[in-house]
Amino acid sequence: MLIQRASDIPSSEITPEDLYHNRREFIKTASTILGLAAVGTIVPGCAPESVGAAGEAQAKGKYDTTEKVTPFEDITSYNNYYEFGTGKDDPARNSKNFKPKPWSVKVEGMCKKPATYNPEDLIKGIATEDRIYRMRCVEAWSMVIPWAGFPLRTLIERLEPLPSAKFIEFKTLVDGNQYPEQRRSFFKVLDWPYVEGLRMDEATHPLAIIATGIYGKPLPNQNGAPLRLVVPWKYGFKGIKAIVNIRFTDKQPVNTWQQQASQEYGFYANVNPNVDHPRWSQARERRIGEFLKRPTLMFNGYADQVAELYAGLDLRRNY
Amino acid sequence: MPKYNRWWILKPVVFLLCLTPTLWISRAGWLTFQGLPGGLSANPLDDIIEFTGIWTLRFLMITLAITPLRRITGISSLIRFRRMLGLFTFFQGCLHLTSYVWFDQTFLWGEILKDIIKRPFILSGMIGVTLMVPLAVTSTRKWIARLGGSRWQKVHRLIYLSGIAGVIHYYFYEKSDIVDPLAYGILLTILLGFRGWRAMRQRGLKPAAT
Repeated sequence: MLIQRASDIPSSEITPEDLYHNRREFIKTASTILGLAAVGTIVPGCAPESVGAAGEAQAKGKYDTTEKVTPFEDITSYNNYYEFGTGKDDPARNSKNFKPKPWSVKVEGMCKKPATYNPEDLIKGIATEDRIYRMRCVEAWSMVIPWAGFPLRTLIERLEPLPSAKFIEFKTLVDGNQYPEQRRSFFKVLDWPYVEGLRMDEATHPLAIIATGIYGKPLPNQNGAPLRLVVPWKYGFKGIKAIVNIRFTDKQPVNTWQQQASQEYGFYANVNPNVDHPRWSQARERRIGEFLKRPTLMFNGYADQVAELYAGLDLRRNY
Repeated sequence: MPKYNRWWILKPVVFLLCLTPTLWISRAGWLTFQGLPGGLSANPLDDIIEFTGIWTLRFLMITLAITPLRRITGISSLIRFRRMLGLFTFFQGCLHLTSYVWFDQTFLWGEILKDIIKRPFILSGMIGVTLMVPLAVTSTRKWIARLGGSRWQKVHRLIYLSGIAGVIHYYFYEKSDIVDPLAYGILLTILLGFRGWRAMRQRGLKPAAT
């Protein structure tokens, strides 16, 4: 569909992903030949460290992190996407038949261009860029993800919000045929649709993007195809997936997790090692692929870029 | 030959069965470490914490089910497995606690202490495991003799509290899907309710004054 303009950086350069898959093939073949598949042991030279490094993605842009990129396989197999199920492997398993195309996005509220768009029209002519961002989940694990996408700001400018618009609200698709959890009528895990929101100054910050791909490929369904918000200084749950609705408003939206448990999740959800989740500490995180937990950085390491947005705001109360 | 002998034959079988979850997670962990398929998720350490936790609760429920099963089915010999099942519960609890201390907190004792004090989630789990320690210690024949049957039994009723703490801990763990913790809560209520119901009925049947 849309979006996949040829990138200036060939995907082969972003990541030696082929190598990554090949080594898995190689190990599998080797183990099978040696009859070791079941035991899964002793293939000298095939230990993780000798093949590791799935992504030595090359940081090009000024917002890119130079940290080691999380393997494609991990990014696409370990997800929180409750519409597909609450298990980490549910989204990959249950999203195989999800249809990110055809798609439509309804834009409404305080703007000059309210309408229902198909994504091709909505983002026609907007160039996608690669952004290698840290992603910190509120559950205290993290990844480094090579997104492709475009600044949310560009889209907002196109929709011409009125000066009265102070917030932007997003909604995920509601479709019980495609989302098994939305068919559940007892003990629903969340109230659908999933809702997220940003202050306008947050939404127009250059770090905030709408992602349309990862690893130089179209966005996989389990990662939120076709359009997914990425706000790298906030906890991952702010990154709403499969967006079908954009609304400009003067009232602070009530996002889904805040509505679900307001003492645990707030509107801002800025990554903050000093403000714990009531049930666990946010001081450290497990980077996927690492053994020891590492310290969590203020605003997920983007303090230089975004701290000024929150000058004077009590971050302990506005978690 | 005395009839009960066949139960001794079954014991190693049950023992091996009880060991399978641990063997399974060990194999899966090893496969993951080797980068082979069939392993755990991208976050294997958290998988291990979760797996050992849920199995602690499962073993606890199985152990608590022995007495009601004996009464209902009349197969009294089931009692022969109760100690082993109880010790496996404790074993899983220890694995769970160790994986938390190691993988989650990497032996930062100060952090662990803070966690216990600040968070009912962690506190309830700690209580659940800690209450099992005296039970494991006094699980031997020697201790039964030393304490005397009825006193020993009283001590071992601590497992009820441990089970309640465990279910509360599980409830705190879940972010929004409460079906599973609820199911364990209902199961525990049935298992403990059965005992309460019997105790009341027995009391009712006894002659009033002694």
